[in-house]
Amino acid sequence: MQHTLEPAAQPGNNLAGNILEMRGITKTFPGVNALSNVNLAVRAGEIHAVVGENGAGKSTLMKVLSGVYPHGDYSGEIYYQGQECKFRDIADSEKVGIIIIHQELALVPLLSIAENIFLGNEPAKNGIIDWHATFSRTRDLLKKVGLKESPNTLITDIGVGKQQLVEIAKALSKEVKLLILDEPTASLNESDSDALLALLREFRAHGISSILISHKLNEILKVADTVTVLRDGATVDRLDCHAERIDEGRIIKSMVGRELADRYPKRTPRIGEPIFEVKNWVVYHKEHADRQMIKGIDLNVRKGEVVGIAGLMGSGRTELAMSIFGRSYGQRISGQVKLHGKEVDVGTIQKAMDAGIAYVTEDRKNFGLVLIDDIKRNITLANLAGVSRNAIIDDGKELTVANKYRRDLNIRCSSVFQQAVNLSGGNQQKVVLSKWLFSGPEILILDEPTRGIDVGAKYEIYTIINKLAEEGKGIVVISSEMPELLGISDRIYVMNEGRMVGEMPTREASQEKIMHAIMKSWEN
Amino acid sequence: MTQQTAAADELGHHRSLAGFIKNNIREYGMLLSLIAIMAFFQYMTNGTLLKPLNLTNLILQNSYIVIMALGMMLIIVAGHIDLSVGSVCGFVGAVAAVLIVQFHIHYIPVTIFCLALGAAIGAVQGYFVAFWKIPAFIVTLAGMLVFKGLALYILKGQSVGPFPVPFQRLSSGFLPDALAGAVEAFNSTSFVIGLAVTALVIYFNVKERRGQQEHGLAEEPFVFFLGRNILVAAGFILFSYLMASYKGLPNVLIVMFALIVLYAFVTSSTTIGRRIYALGGNEKAARLSGIKTHRLTFYTFMNMGLLAGLAGLIFAARLNTATPKAGLGFELDVIAACFIGGASASGGVGKVVGAVIGAFVMGVMNNGMSILGVGIDLQQVIKGLVLLAAVFLDVYYKNKA
Repeated sequence: MQHTLEPAAQPGNNLAGNILEMRGITKTFPGVNALSNVNLAVRAGEIHAVVGENGAGKSTLMKVLSGVYPHGDYSGEIYYQGQECKFRDIADSEKVGIIIIHQELALVPLLSIAENIFLGNEPAKNGIIDWHATFSRTRDLLKKVGLKESPNTLITDIGVGKQQLVEIAKALSKEVKLLILDEPTASLNESDSDALLALLREFRAHGISSILISHKLNEILKVADTVTVLRDGATVDRLDCHAERIDEGRIIKSMVGRELADRYPKRTPRIGEPIFEVKNWVVYHKEHADRQMIKGIDLNVRKGEVVGIAGLMGSGRTELAMSIFGRSYGQRISGQVKLHGKEVDVGTIQKAMDAGIAYVTEDRKNFGLVLIDDIKRNITLANLAGVSRNAIIDDGKELTVANKYRRDLNIRCSSVFQQAVNLSGGNQQKVVLSKWLFSGPEILILDEPTRGIDVGAKYEIYTIINKLAEEGKGIVVISSEMPELLGISDRIYVMNEGRMVGEMPTREASQEKIMHAIMKSWEN
Repeated sequence: MTQQTAAADELGHHRSLAGFIKNNIREYGMLLSLIAIMAFFQYMTNGTLLKPLNLTNLILQNSYIVIMALGMMLIIVAGHIDLSVGSVCGFVGAVAAVLIVQFHIHYIPVTIFCLALGAAIGAVQGYFVAFWKIPAFIVTLAGMLVFKGLALYILKGQSVGPFPVPFQRLSSGFLPDALAGAVEAFNSTSFVIGLAVTALVIYFNVKERRGQQEHGLAEEPFVFFLGRNILVAAGFILFSYLMASYKGLPNVLIVMFALIVLYAFVTSSTTIGRRIYALGGNEKAARLSGIKTHRLTFYTFMNMGLLAGLAGLIFAARLNTATPKAGLGFELDVIAACFIGGASASGGVGKVVGAVIGAFVMGVMNNGMSILGVGIDLQQVIKGLVLLAAVFLDVYYKNKA
């Protein structure tokens, strides 16, 4: 990556009214400079967005701020409400009202909302919990965040969006003054995201400052007062959204150090005959045998075509893909799958793979990678036969294969012996993609292929998708980001509540049309 | 990422000596601690530990633990545990005794039947773990009770023996000396075999290093490679010399050695081995990569049962009776051997050689402390602390890395 942009003027020079100033923060890990001389100044009562590509150092910076890395582990100073702070742990930072909500929510699924909110902070006398106080205070907090659930509801029974709100209620219970949200909307649908952002605005009105870390630049533009941009562990820009007009292009330019003229690489589609067809596909819920999840879906993909599937969370897109991929989801599955006009058996994952189908999961950490294994082993896992003879693995061949994909897909790592767990999201995704490419598929189903990865890596993933399409493979992309679908696919299906409710060539499609198709399906 | 040249990059690993030691501290550390423990007891027992007679005993005493540790390593790597191996071991030995001694059935069909029985027991337990998702801890805890009880039942609470002499040889027999008398009071055949094995091991090590170099992978500094091979060769030659100057190589050692080689190969170089590691590392990802995870789990347990059955036969042959107490507490030694040998309780990590070294760490301590006359009470305390210390060091170095 080229760095053409010079670091902007150092921000945070004693601006009056700052609730937080982090000055010259430097944090090193063995062999890596994670943060070098980073400055961050947050005004009291503002929403301050921190953006940067994955690996830019956002999370590390927040860990420094919240005391996960205690004072002494880093160099630099933290001033909070005018006083220098030397946090030893999270409890220290929470005491003064700095609360961080991580991307992976820290809730106990089988405890109730009330129990979770006051976990570790129970209203109690002599160790005996005052349940009346717990419940009534929970009710108040839930009202503030706009949740209508009973305090008794178990966390496992509410959706991710609501869980996020419970986390925020928990933060409120601790008298939060500076709320840090790490990718809060990553797994939320649009309406839940909007509700969350509205809540942040309301907090701002009440004088609570927030630091918002997000990849979703459109959301940042909706709410942020100030944007700090990190790149490669350094502060490169600080943008005041009120002083100047900021758009996504401006932020991206700072993030990647170059302008992404087009966020989606161009491709001239050369589309052939249909190679993949699904007919009248019906799937029932994996636990509730009487609940139909996929209600008779038809779908086809042509050679060299990128087909997008749009839809809201819970519309059944992942369930559709996984049920086709060797029945890895659901039960009582019926319908036909045809490849090149011939019906194929996709009854097990092995059979689906043999037929030439690959499914790249939306959840790469839990379903895609063996995190404790190295890159090489992950890449060959789905096609060990390809690197072995008589079931004995040829180490040299395996290495050659892994290095080939490392080059082809530009996986950034110290070597293919590096553990997958140490890679950034974008590079992890490239490893998962490599694994499936090595299995030699004709049809690739990519489920949220760019979720949680940064702009630069997204572009690379799109380029890979284009290349595969040019090679004549059929590609299905499931995505919740409509601009992405509009940017890379040739044709878009719209799915809602287990049905295809729309199909359109991309040149005729728009976000409005897609939403309209979804809305109309609800009316019927 | 800064510009790193691709060539140097593809090797990736630290080339420096210090870096290499740091990366491989646990592999060498384990072997070195075994050597240290042996040296300690050799000194404390005034040389009794490595006397040919005692060394032979050490092998005989630990063979069944080592054999079961091979299977247990696979189970633990796959992310499970098997608490029933001690009971299964005792039960299979009891069945063998009843069939051979009381029913006068020939020992060969009985041996085959007993191995199949062990595999079947493992298969039943594996069935519940793999296909019904019942935690292995519970299934094998049940198995532990069931087979301990069944052993008592079929033995009617009494010891059954003795076995016919050919059957005893499984455990107490020695490789006959084809070159008998070539050297006075020396089993030349055993020594020659020892030399041959040493040569083979060195040959394979050199061949592997050649292969690594071809792919630019030889990360181990040559000094280390040389030192390791000299150490291994010296160990093997010394060992076969000592054995040869007593009665030669015990049959059970040959069985055990063959199994160690087989399992080390399967885990490190075959697709099935790789799949077991992936299964333990992330079952969902493994399944979505087309690996039949249920079936693989099932086979891992079946394999464990088979090895427990074999261990049961060896143990019964060694005592020359089947007793209701046979196998009592073996599961603890076996599991401890795996964890001392570097297995991770959360699955996906562990090496066969580690389990073998772990088993011998326990074995040498048992043997050495017994010679020194340390009471059984203190022995347990010390063994427990060693287990904790080994795992603690493991975690400590992992966190530091």
